[in-house]
Amino acid sequence: MISLGKMAIYGVVFVLALLAAAKAHDSLFAVSAIIFALASAIAIIVTARRTSFSTNVAQAVSGDEYLDGVVRAGMIATMFWGITGFLVGVTIASQLAFPALNLEWAFTNFGRLRPLHTSAVVFAFGGNALIATSFYVVQRTNGVRLAFGNLAWFVFWGYQLFIVLAATGYLMGVTQSREYAEPEWFVDIWLTIVWVAYLLVFLGTLYKRKEPHIYVANWFYLSFIVTIAMLHIVNNMAVPVSFLGSKSYSLFSGVQDALTQWWYGHNAVGFFLTAGFLGMMYYFVPKQANRPVYSYRLSIIHFWSLIFMYIWAGPHHLHYTALPDWAQTLGAAFSIMLWMPSWGGMINGLMTLSGAWDKLRTDPIIRMMVIAVAFYGMSTFEGPMMAIKAVNSLSHYTDWTIGHVHSGALGWVGMITFGSMYYLIPKLWNRDGLYSLRLVNWHFWLATLGIVVYASSMWVSGIMQGLMWREYDAQGFLVYSFAESVAAMHPFYVIRAIGGTMYLAGGLIMAWNFYQTVKGNKRNEAPMGVVVKAA
Amino acid sequence: MDYETFRHFSSSWGLVYLFSVFIVVVLFVFRPGSKKQYDETSQIPLKRD
Repeated sequence: MISLGKMAIYGVVFVLALLAAAKAHDSLFAVSAIIFALASAIAIIVTARRTSFSTNVAQAVSGDEYLDGVVRAGMIATMFWGITGFLVGVTIASQLAFPALNLEWAFTNFGRLRPLHTSAVVFAFGGNALIATSFYVVQRTNGVRLAFGNLAWFVFWGYQLFIVLAATGYLMGVTQSREYAEPEWFVDIWLTIVWVAYLLVFLGTLYKRKEPHIYVANWFYLSFIVTIAMLHIVNNMAVPVSFLGSKSYSLFSGVQDALTQWWYGHNAVGFFLTAGFLGMMYYFVPKQANRPVYSYRLSIIHFWSLIFMYIWAGPHHLHYTALPDWAQTLGAAFSIMLWMPSWGGMINGLMTLSGAWDKLRTDPIIRMMVIAVAFYGMSTFEGPMMAIKAVNSLSHYTDWTIGHVHSGALGWVGMITFGSMYYLIPKLWNRDGLYSLRLVNWHFWLATLGIVVYASSMWVSGIMQGLMWREYDAQGFLVYSFAESVAAMHPFYVIRAIGGTMYLAGGLIMAWNFYQTVKGNKRNEAPMGVVVKAA
Repeated sequence: MDYETFRHFSSSWGLVYLFSVFIVVVLFVFRPGSKKQYDETSQIPLKRD
């Protein structure tokens, strides 16, 4: 009966989506509506094929058995979108170095591929990693199965549909031009529905927990889910130009609009890329090291101070603009204060290994987690420094910002995700360890060196760019034209593309290791930490 | 309430309010007996696979 009801709902959605496609105000909206209709058609077929019409009741799932299928699917999606996002990143980095690679075609233009890259790595790779690991962690730390039956599967597939709608939209030129929130109003509404389902699954699971206390990793995950919901709704308040059209205009205007955008933008960093991944750190680092977190007290103070401070830091993106001075100062002050909780969290993560530091030599997964936490510390030191107005006057709008973002994204977010995935894959597929630890080591070094190459080339290029822009001669004229600063950056763009390629290569090695582990293979290799004697 | 009053209220009483909530949280974390409970809670991830 339930599946019949589901099929009826999907059917109604299918018909409505087809109607929307037929009546669409523009062809871009029609394409999105057709994708939506296709997705609901697939949902009907899959539900129908899975429905058993026999009267024998299938054995009921016990309430204690974990729902891990959705976590496995999430791991595959994370890997897939990760490779896609890194590949598009290398592509646009190469386009900046060699503009001919734009191919003179609208669909491969830098302007359309850039949001594809940012959304693919942040929301598709990072988002899938967060959803999958949160589903895993909330079940393990509370001793119960995910709440609301298969609603978690709806969250998973609904989220993939959101990614496909957003990505195809970018390629066609659909954008509301808000950084990290480019999808238009109809895609935003779909994500809201999926996100509410996600919140329900998470809260429902916490509600029926068997532990008296909620472990701190869940707090971080929950704050990520709740805050992203709030940010997403406020930042995307817009009025569509036509009911079935792809264009909308923001409810805010001028500096209010800019501040709303960066309140969202910086908290996407704070609550998506930081709080969510800290949830990962607080579960997977203790698991891999097999010791509890260094200080549970510190983790609670870390949590509350991060929550209290991050939300105010956004205005530092608008230094020296029309934003009132006091708001700029507020943003800078809170950004500097954020240094404390960030480093408290970093120390907590690193000190969890105290007494087990020897594992760094033999366990490349621990190595990956440690470098992730180290990059968390580095980028949360660099960020507050760049939020100081005097520093910002040099760094803002330059490549330094790009370097900073990537040391956080590739270093912290990427590495903690890889580490957690290397821990999870053998567990989820019931394998006795990974296919190869040596390949993990290769991945570790390729990724780490790739980040170093990337970030250092952007530091040099960014500071050079900033200095060239502000260089005046004795008469008060600018010494360099803008085009001269662009030409001077060419070598650094090439170096950056090389760093990105190394990171992508590490990702490909991981995908191979993932595939072989799932197949159940074991690579014949010398164990880690053993010096192989020359014959 | 006009813009100026609202802004002054936020940066005075609003700040005091949020800061005291934060202080209460920190004090609560260090309450007597919390150590034992936190030691137990920190073991949760290691209990199950």
